[in-house]
Amino acid sequence: MDERIPSGAAIVVGMPRVLLIEDDQAVRDGLSMALGGRGHAVDAVATGEEGLARLASRPPDIVVLDLMLPGLDGFEVCRRIRAAGDLPIIMLTARNEDIDVVAGLAAGADDYVVKPARAQVLEARIRAVLRRTGQPAPAVPVPTEIERHGDLGIDRAGLTVTKADKPLALAPTELRLLLELTQVPGRVLSRQYLLESVWEHGYFGDSRVVDACVQRLRAKIEDDSSAPVYVQTVRGFGYRFGPL
Amino acid sequence: MKLWGLRTRLLLAFSLLVVITAATVAGGGYVQSRTLILQQAQDATARVLVDKATALFPLGPLPPGDGTLSRISGELSDRQLSSLVLFEDRASGNQQLRALISPELRERVRAGNVAWQRVESDGTPMLVVGTRFTVLLPGGQQRDSGIEAYIARSMAPEATSIDELATRAWLIGGVALVFAVGLALLAARGVLRPVRELGDAARRLGEGDLRARIAVRGSDELAGVARTFNETAESLERHVGELERMEADARRFVADVSHELRTPLAAMTAVADVLEQEASRLPGDAGRAAKMSIEETHNLTRLVNDLIEVSRFDAGAAALAPEEVDVAEVIAASLRIRGWTGEVEGDLPSGIFAEWDPRRVDVIVANLVGNALRHGEKPVSLRLSEVGERITLEVSDRGPGLAPEVLPHVFDRFYKADSARARSGGSGLGLAIAWENARLHGGTLSAANGTDGGAVFTLRLPRRGVTA
Repeated sequence: MDERIPSGAAIVVGMPRVLLIEDDQAVRDGLSMALGGRGHAVDAVATGEEGLARLASRPPDIVVLDLMLPGLDGFEVCRRIRAAGDLPIIMLTARNEDIDVVAGLAAGADDYVVKPARAQVLEARIRAVLRRTGQPAPAVPVPTEIERHGDLGIDRAGLTVTKADKPLALAPTELRLLLELTQVPGRVLSRQYLLESVWEHGYFGDSRVVDACVQRLRAKIEDDSSAPVYVQTVRGFGYRFGPL
Repeated sequence: MKLWGLRTRLLLAFSLLVVITAATVAGGGYVQSRTLILQQAQDATARVLVDKATALFPLGPLPPGDGTLSRISGELSDRQLSSLVLFEDRASGNQQLRALISPELRERVRAGNVAWQRVESDGTPMLVVGTRFTVLLPGGQQRDSGIEAYIARSMAPEATSIDELATRAWLIGGVALVFAVGLALLAARGVLRPVRELGDAARRLGEGDLRARIAVRGSDELAGVARTFNETAESLERHVGELERMEADARRFVADVSHELRTPLAAMTAVADVLEQEASRLPGDAGRAAKMSIEETHNLTRLVNDLIEVSRFDAGAAALAPEEVDVAEVIAASLRIRGWTGEVEGDLPSGIFAEWDPRRVDVIVANLVGNALRHGEKPVSLRLSEVGERITLEVSDRGPGLAPEVLPHVFDRFYKADSARARSGGSGLGLAIAWENARLHGGTLSAANGTDGGAVFTLRLPRRGVTA
């Protein structure tokens, strides 16, 4: 690990630090080994409590979180991490039960992987999520060019979004989704397209991931998230930015 | 009401019973009373005639003079009786009577009887009684005098009585009939209601409502039937419940086992990737063993995932998440993701929109095309078409097709067309899962052989997916 990079920085250089919270030792060891072999620094803990403690002491770049945990369960851990900040979370579920997936996404997870997952699949998801966060800021500050969409101000280069000139704290996935949508205002983007472009899902993905993220994004940017103006649903097709 | 239903039959039986009873009782009584009334009238009239004739005895010398004849007729007549006395060609009394006296009556009177006959005169019933007078000869010998006397009286009062009797008999019969019909309807209802309840309950039972029971009323035969029905239904419910419990247990066991397998498999899958990177560097058997265990781990993972999917269908936990999709787009994506675009030729017109669950349709397409690529011969072709609200996708290959004995079983779980054949990479559940997914959309999936050989799988789904 590159010790010169202050921990907790959004910019990932070298080995991404993964905090793996998984109660089964074999799975924990197996995933640690596999992710370690693929160039991640894995910090593995067995419980949600330990995970939250580790989060404070050694902040990771991403959390891989098993939903089925003894004691503090994955949903609660997810909610607490989300409440504290924008740290990306990939949830790991042993059950492909729809209700778990929906609840996990609602709790703020960026993506999910169903166990048993091949390490390469999990790794690809981790990289995709990190790519959304890990775009390095330009070395030389370029003149900030701010796009105006109603009350929203979007700085594509600086990766910041303001609403009525107040900065908005968007999670990396939410930001990527908003950037994708505002790239082509007024055009409808299908869930499948968004899955491929934002989440980099290489297979027929679960569009609920998109829906859950849109819900979270709306809660932050819309005046009234039940009557969205910026991110509009086009029934049967997908989502569209505006028209304002 | 059925034409020859129980109600009609009961009604008829009761009515018939009443008609026969009424006819027998009222009719018999009527006939008896009528006979009695007439008999009494006849007897009384005959007695009057005989008494009066006896009072006239002895008659004057023979041949009688006109005076004698008129005396006789005068004596025989009164307010109710008119009389006519005949002697040879002479007559005395009411001449109108002559028309009422039939030759037979005269014959019988002449023979020495007191004879009577009922006749009609201008619509009035009349009774005519006749007798022959005898004379007492000196020396106590009696001889025919040749005098015939006839009296006639109106039977109108008796006729009125008899008519009244008849009217009463009809009336009683009619009332009894009405009463009987009412009684029959009541009885029919009493019988039919339990029968109808029994029928309803039996139908409900047949439709799968195993809780169908009937109220047992009283202790008659119908109550016995009802009791038997309830006992049968109860035992059926118990047995079906037991079977369902056993089946659910078996399914839950499969689901539990599949879930339990997931955790060790998750660890195995994770390390398999580590092993994969090293396998090529391992020498000889160790390398081959590593490759094998990696491959089998992935196969096992696929099998367990499919088992879990099947368990969810069995448990009714599979739900549709329909979206409006361009069907051709979904199919093309399904092929593209798996790298099959080059191996499949097809006619996939875009612009066919449907409200389907794209993930499930992807599973169907992947299983059908994967199956065709594995078991059939290339080229595999797809044909998408729509007719009204039904959308059809045909997946056909140029292979040898499916053997007739295999056709009915292609969607069975773990069905192997050829038991000797090696495992083909599929879990043995793929087509079963595809079939379940089609059913979940309210559609069908069927297998057949094409006209030019090769298997043809046909998926038919309604445009709007319905949750089963």
